[in-house]
Amino acid sequence: MARFDYLEPQSLDEALGMLEKHGANSRLVAGSTDFLVRWRTGVWRPEIVVCMQHVPGLDGLHFNDDDGLSIGAMTTVQDIEQNSIVRSRYPALAAGATAFAGVQVRNLATVVGNVCNASPAGDTLPALLAYDAQCRIVGSNGERWLPLTEVFVGPGQTALAAGEIMTEIRLPTPPPNSGGLYIKHSPRGAMDISAVGAASVVSIGSDGNCASVRIALGAVAPTPMRAFGAEGRLVGQPPTDDNVAESARLAAQASRPIADVRSGAEYRREIAQVLAERTLRHAADTAVGGVADFDDIRRLAVQTTW
Amino acid sequence: MKQPLNLNINGENRLMLVEPYYSLLDCLRDEAQLTGAKKGCDEGDCGACTVLMDGKPVTSCLVLAHSAHDAAITTIEGLAGVDGLSPVQKAFVEHGGLQCGFCIPGLIMSATGFLQDNPDPTEEDVRFAIGGNLCRCTGYQRVVEAVMAAAQEIRETR
Repeated sequence: MARFDYLEPQSLDEALGMLEKHGANSRLVAGSTDFLVRWRTGVWRPEIVVCMQHVPGLDGLHFNDDDGLSIGAMTTVQDIEQNSIVRSRYPALAAGATAFAGVQVRNLATVVGNVCNASPAGDTLPALLAYDAQCRIVGSNGERWLPLTEVFVGPGQTALAAGEIMTEIRLPTPPPNSGGLYIKHSPRGAMDISAVGAASVVSIGSDGNCASVRIALGAVAPTPMRAFGAEGRLVGQPPTDDNVAESARLAAQASRPIADVRSGAEYRREIAQVLAERTLRHAADTAVGGVADFDDIRRLAVQTTW
Repeated sequence: MKQPLNLNINGENRLMLVEPYYSLLDCLRDEAQLTGAKKGCDEGDCGACTVLMDGKPVTSCLVLAHSAHDAAITTIEGLAGVDGLSPVQKAFVEHGGLQCGFCIPGLIMSATGFLQDNPDPTEEDVRFAIGGNLCRCTGYQRVVEAVMAAAQEIRETR
């Protein structure tokens, strides 16, 4: 069995120094939920594990109207799921969080860790894309901000350079009169990797038309993806069933699914269209009607095969 | 090489020598000799290894043992008090919420953590809370009944 040494930095600077010193032999972990699975299966074989859990100042979850939502690197998925502001202002993210694994994993796993592992199927990722997430990335030469759309470069691959650490994600305040939802489709639901996931966020203007539309899909392309063309089809249009259906059709058309143990490619594309349509419909309806009760969001967020 | 690790387990400080790559589950079973938490899948699917860290249910197979030094860890061995079984344990026995027993420590820890924050749940809440625990015997119905009964007892004795 492969072995590793365990390091526990007490500050961000110390963590950056450890990554610089050990380079490609090291791996950064937050909740360690993805890491331990992939280490046991031999996918990741670091000699040094740098654990971020005891670095102070990274667990914040803050909201204000000007800056939006700030998610610190050690904020767990359960912190997000339980947060009343996330539930009311970012319902698609609350749905993504509640669809994520089970409570035992949500209590460990972090949102930033979900981003950095860059699985095409990560359950928080479509919602983060749909809320225009920006990522704060710190390296030994300072910090930079990168839109989440530019963070994902391939399955399991991000734009982070060696030695860089993502310390925060920021989601701008959604426009007024907006609604959103994420739906995960998988055989079991809990503790399961999504076969397909879709998030939509829609805001409705005073004319009753869609003022802004975001559609993001998971597990149907090499990375979680925004469906820009499908969004453009709906902006400025009334959210009629026909318009929503056409936009969902375009979103599915833009997907590039593969066939694997969880689904065939054509099935994935079909489900992507269904989920895009359902999330768009819910988003547009709740944009005017008010955010859904969290119990309803929880029921809608996981739609299993049987 | 094994490193010293001081863990607070069931209210007791335990100083152990633990490999840096050990999970909390391996540490509990192999070093602390507490074999109540079970190793089912070792990848966070089955929930049989669930313990509480600072009162929150976690899959101990996905926790690095050395990262847990600041947490209060509760295992199934720590639930029963001088008065006997905990309300959740008692309800599982009374309602027949177990058959082979392999998944039960994990289910009881999940239910215990859940009821601490939600003593008045709906049946749907309970099913959601134990969604991360697989049981291949019971079909879950009696497990859910046991958790609902435990919730009632906890409410009545508060």
